[in-house]
Amino acid sequence: MSGFGEHSGYIFAAYGLSAVIVLAVVAWVLVDGRAQNRRLKDLEARGVRRRSAARRETTS
Amino acid sequence: MALLDLANPTRFMALADRVLPWLWSAAILVLGIGLYLGLFVAPPDYQQGETVRIMFIHVPAAWLSMFGYGLMAVSALGTLVWRHPLADVAARAIAPVGAAFTLIALITGSLWGKPMWGTWWEWDARLTSVLVLFLMYLGLIALWNAIEDPNRAGRVAAVLILVGSVNLPIIKFSVDWWNTLHQGASVFRMGGSTIDPSLLYPLLICAIGATLLFLALVIMAMKNEILRRRIRALRLVAASVPAGVAA
Repeated sequence: MSGFGEHSGYIFAAYGLSAVIVLAVVAWVLVDGRAQNRRLKDLEARGVRRRSAARRETTS
Repeated sequence: MALLDLANPTRFMALADRVLPWLWSAAILVLGIGLYLGLFVAPPDYQQGETVRIMFIHVPAAWLSMFGYGLMAVSALGTLVWRHPLADVAARAIAPVGAAFTLIALITGSLWGKPMWGTWWEWDARLTSVLVLFLMYLGLIALWNAIEDPNRAGRVAAVLILVGSVNLPIIKFSVDWWNTLHQGASVFRMGGSTIDPSLLYPLLICAIGATLLFLALVIMAMKNEILRRRIRALRLVAASVPAGVAA
């Protein structure tokens, strides 16, 4: 697109690369979050509980 | 809710779950409006021409690169002085997001510099000090990953963060202290901004939107870090108590 004049390549590259970096961080946060949640559920499924959760169960 | 209440990671997770949808919505809306104004409504600059549009991402990214490190310095104090349970979690979550915004500032600055200065890079005080900031972010991420015990890693990293915070005034005042190719302050300066309102308002809207995006990413990364530490604690429990449930 020539709407931004002779330096449009620099402008598009700046916006494009910034979008790629931000999307990479968003993807990393989402993938990491899913991985941590999966690991936590695996542990809980094996009966490993936090001390506070175990204490709540014994008092109730 | 008192600040002390947020010291409880479980309460923080519940609050984050409530806040995040609103934060993401606001970030996308404000940043979208700011970028639309910056790209399609703001006029070309009388000197820079259309390349001024790169400023609408470069300047907020540069501000946030310093803002992120400033938050890490406050978190480092929280770790060393008040031993706040979430302080190191916050610092560790901010580092990759801060590094990403610093990288954006460096790349977009370079893409602006080539057509305006005639060079991709110049080893002047502002550019070099921001590159040092980026390397410090990477060094801290490496440090956290190199030490297995998160508490010990947090204390070591906190000391390094505070030592590295000396770079923040150097970045800010580098354009005043040394003769640099980079322009001086034009928004936050004595005597007011030198930028025309037609360019200033889209810039400020972009900065607010980028800040909301930054905070949303940091809060999500903090949630992940809390879960990572919870998993580590559970694995230690599982290793010490074969039956599974700790008393």
